[in-house]
Amino acid sequence: MEANLIICGSGGQGVLLAGTVLCHAAIKENKNVTWLPSYGAEKRGGLSYCAVVISTEPILSPLISRPPVIIALDNIGFDFYEHTLADKGLIILNTTLIGRETKRKDAEVLKVPITQIARDLGNVRIANMVALGVYLGKSGVIMLESVIAALDSVASSKYKDLILINRQALEKGFEIGVQNKKRG
Amino acid sequence: MNKNKRLISGNEAIAEAAIMAGCRFYAGYPITPQNQIPEYMSWRMPEVNGVFLQAESELAAINMVFGASLTGTRAMTSSSSPGISLKQEGISYMAGCELPGVIVNIQRGGPGLGNIQGSQADYFQATKGGGHGDYRMPVLAPSTIPEAAELMMAAFDYADFYRTPVLLLSDGILGQMMEAVEFKEYKPIKKLVKKDWILDGARNRVPRSIFSLMTAPGALEKHNWKLLEKFSKMEKEVLSETYLAEDAEILVCAYGIMGRIGKAAIQMARKEGIKAGLFRPITLWPFDSKTASLYGSKAKKVLVVEQNLGQMVEDIKLAVEDSKKVFFHGRPGGGVASKEDLFEKIKELIK
Repeated sequence: MEANLIICGSGGQGVLLAGTVLCHAAIKENKNVTWLPSYGAEKRGGLSYCAVVISTEPILSPLISRPPVIIALDNIGFDFYEHTLADKGLIILNTTLIGRETKRKDAEVLKVPITQIARDLGNVRIANMVALGVYLGKSGVIMLESVIAALDSVASSKYKDLILINRQALEKGFEIGVQNKKRG
Repeated sequence: MNKNKRLISGNEAIAEAAIMAGCRFYAGYPITPQNQIPEYMSWRMPEVNGVFLQAESELAAINMVFGASLTGTRAMTSSSSPGISLKQEGISYMAGCELPGVIVNIQRGGPGLGNIQGSQADYFQATKGGGHGDYRMPVLAPSTIPEAAELMMAAFDYADFYRTPVLLLSDGILGQMMEAVEFKEYKPIKKLVKKDWILDGARNRVPRSIFSLMTAPGALEKHNWKLLEKFSKMEKEVLSETYLAEDAEILVCAYGIMGRIGKAAIQMARKEGIKAGLFRPITLWPFDSKTASLYGSKAKKVLVVEQNLGQMVEDIKLAVEDSKKVFFHGRPGGGVASKEDLFEKIKELIK
């Protein structure tokens, strides 16, 4: 199997962290991964992006020029990457922050008020984990349990108390993802 | 799950591999996209009782490496393209004084200050003598993060064995991306002899001196002839990878990050019945001309792929000796060709 996805948004939304957690989980399942970030003069509010490839085979190219999956956390990322989506690809769209319709009419669009869900759970900063949960539920690429276990290896001792709420975010997103699995 | 597997960036893997190989001195000056190397070293070196120094400049850093190397310590510095240009004087001095040391170049776009995206524009500088004077230096070019770790360890062995600076030439993509690495225990790839030349205080022995200034008539020429003997030995240390090259009608030649992307394109081509293969030099100097020549001569066409305007293509043309069948595809200034781009290029050439 091979899964290619990009996560995009803006700096501060945890775009890179969501990809990192996913990679840790994939390694726990003995899969190969590559994680490629955008880097540059990024700062909070600037374009942020990471490309994640997960495969049972050795991964050759870490670049994804036509991603079959785009997780879009806000307009800054989405405006920049929407056109790169592979034909009939999947967009997981954060409708709390992206008000516009998608331009790609061939795409399967899973609309989720990701930021609102995070807010309702009590911390807007866990929107990235809600989004990741949706992807896991929808795609089934990596098990939710592996990702929850990965939270522990990613969180430094300073942030261990945040694992619970991140887990809740993953679970909430996962539920939505699973519900939308058969559609499209 | 394999517990020894670590998700790690190329930059950090390079730093950790250096520590594992016994590097105990690091000096550097910040520049993107290699900043994770000094950042990692800043906390990791003290853990192993090594020295981490953020120097006041690139010049200072390479000369600190020069000094640390004189004491017999495994020493390194790292930088990115413009910073590596600044280090060239020190590298030349190290070559002249026959001092071991490892320099890491995580290449970015140029010329000038350029940009901070990954690039392969420093091939000429790395392989054709970036500094002044008649010298050669091993240049190692990894294409994956596990390979970067492996070659980083080997770099220190080559450096000590031949008493030479060694360059690890990588790029911003490989430096910034993450992959899982299973660090293997460090085992020297060369037989390492006691360093009987170091300057550690002449207590109970005859004083030694190390210098590169040789003004006596004939002295420098003699020294250069001696260096040549060493360079000839170093020339045997060629490393390269081939992939489906045996029956390749189109031979893709690429190194570093483009080597693996090229391989991906070859797999796409093979699926469509196109006989494509890969030649990927791992040492850029010495260059494995023999293998390039063998498969390049057999192939109908040779496609050299680089993240620059065409540099390694010159070495491929020399090796293949039929430059009419050598084609080039490059993206300069931080641009990078995708596997799809390369696949298209392969299809175009095979028509």
